[in-house]
Amino acid sequence: MNFKKRTYWLFLLPTLFALLVVLIIPFFQGVYYSFTSYDGFQVSSFIGLENYKNLFSDEQFLYSLGFTAAFSVVSVIGINVLGLSFALLVTQKLGKVSTLFRTIYFMPNLIGGIILGFIWQFVFLKAFTGIADLTGIEFFRGWLSDTQTGFWGLVILFVWQMSGYIMVIYISFLNNVPKELLEAATIDGANRWQNFWKVKFPLIIPAFTVSLFLTLSNAFKVYDQNMALTSGGPFGSTEMATMNIYDTAFKVQEMGYAQAKAIVFLIIITLISVIQLQITRRKETEL
Amino acid sequence: MRVKERTHKYIMLFVGAVVSLLWIYPFYLVLVNSLKTKSGIFESTLGLPSVPTLENYPIAFEEMDFILTFFNSIVITGGSIFIIVIFTSMAGYALSRKPGKASTFIYLLFAICMLIPFQSIMIPLISIFGAVDLLNRTGLAIMYLGLGSSLAVFLYVGAMKGIPKALDEAAIIDGCNRFQVYWYIMLPMLKSTTVTVIVLNAIWFWNDYLLPSLVINKEGMYTIPLRTFYFFGEYSTQWHLALAALVIAMIPIIILYMFLQRYIIDGISEGAVK
Repeated sequence: MNFKKRTYWLFLLPTLFALLVVLIIPFFQGVYYSFTSYDGFQVSSFIGLENYKNLFSDEQFLYSLGFTAAFSVVSVIGINVLGLSFALLVTQKLGKVSTLFRTIYFMPNLIGGIILGFIWQFVFLKAFTGIADLTGIEFFRGWLSDTQTGFWGLVILFVWQMSGYIMVIYISFLNNVPKELLEAATIDGANRWQNFWKVKFPLIIPAFTVSLFLTLSNAFKVYDQNMALTSGGPFGSTEMATMNIYDTAFKVQEMGYAQAKAIVFLIIITLISVIQLQITRRKETEL
Repeated sequence: MRVKERTHKYIMLFVGAVVSLLWIYPFYLVLVNSLKTKSGIFESTLGLPSVPTLENYPIAFEEMDFILTFFNSIVITGGSIFIIVIFTSMAGYALSRKPGKASTFIYLLFAICMLIPFQSIMIPLISIFGAVDLLNRTGLAIMYLGLGSSLAVFLYVGAMKGIPKALDEAAIIDGCNRFQVYWYIMLPMLKSTTVTVIVLNAIWFWNDYLLPSLVINKEGMYTIPLRTFYFFGEYSTQWHLALAALVIAMIPIIILYMFLQRYIIDGISEGAVK
């Protein structure tokens, strides 16, 4: 017995309406804005590809795209290596302590990027200086005051925040590896190392597809953490793509131009996601 | 073999414990230093306070207008979650029970919309909602429904495919209308999916900064992340107050986590894997 037509649309109406006014209309509106010199009050004129042309000579925007890409690559590797290691650790037979470890590793994920950013600002600025004073190791001095420490600061913060989240995903895949398979391998003389690489690893490849997709797109879209930890400084040298778009739109009020950046940003994220899914899917079937 | 097993276990326990300490150390530092005076932090950041004091807390609590701020966060998060749970489960019910071209197309539409990053529609979204005077809490809830609908609809459709249609039919023959079937039969059977949808969205709404900063950036409507941000801007040179504020801002979610951690972690993994 299927839905009557009218009831069917009635059930879908509120959600479809929200989707329409929040995503679909703004999307097309945004594409249109990107060809204009919209300033937030009026669309003064249609200027064709002018905004897009200007992007290529906008050094700060290109820099922030590069910075975001570098940040994403390093973070994604860090998060997945740690996340998988944590998952392997807490799925060993360690008793109740496993749950405690899992709880702790996951904790940063519950707290918003703004608060996490401020926590690490304190750690890098005050605690690190404290460690430097105590031990005399100069490595801990002057964090967040230059591009390099700003970059690594953001990476550390983001890896700390996201590893627990990715751990949860790997755990659920690891728990689905049939026990008989591992037992059979052990009886055949496989050691732990072989058990992981030869049995577990091939079976959790789908987890990589999910985890890489989530971490990559989240890393590219980071804003709150960037805002709270470095707010792009010093001198815009740790400004990520999203912050650059935001500032162009709401500080400089060049909304049309900012929207062109946003469209480029959308294209980049979509391309990366599609390529990544293609590659990991292929690996999934190969193994 | 036995000995090897045990050594392995101890090594794992040791590594796990060290990482755990490292992982909570930032929280520990913030907590300990929030119990120091201004000069106490200046003298030593790493040590324990010579005389622990709670004097920073009432000041931070007051300055953050925490009761109102907390209430604002509850209203936004609670209201938006209520809306998203009801409407997306209704949509999911319709999609899962009427296969055909329309449903396939709508499903695809949700999938495509999921790929649009927020930043790429942020500017037109704000100008459209501004034009119809919806830069307020109602507008924010509508935005959250739109932005969060895809994932929630997928989760509900997935779960409802597992519920036999015979159940609906029996109820309808017994005289229920569609809405009654949805409300009295479907929703109660979808509890675990609803928990997942609530957990995923609650974490997002509660912690969200960027969108609320564009939509409800008015004194009196600040949520916890917004208020924390402004408080920090004002007091960033006075770490003792700023840190107390951070602790206050984190307390509600940490308490919730202690009680509901199993549901939270299960919800997260359900949401990511499906």
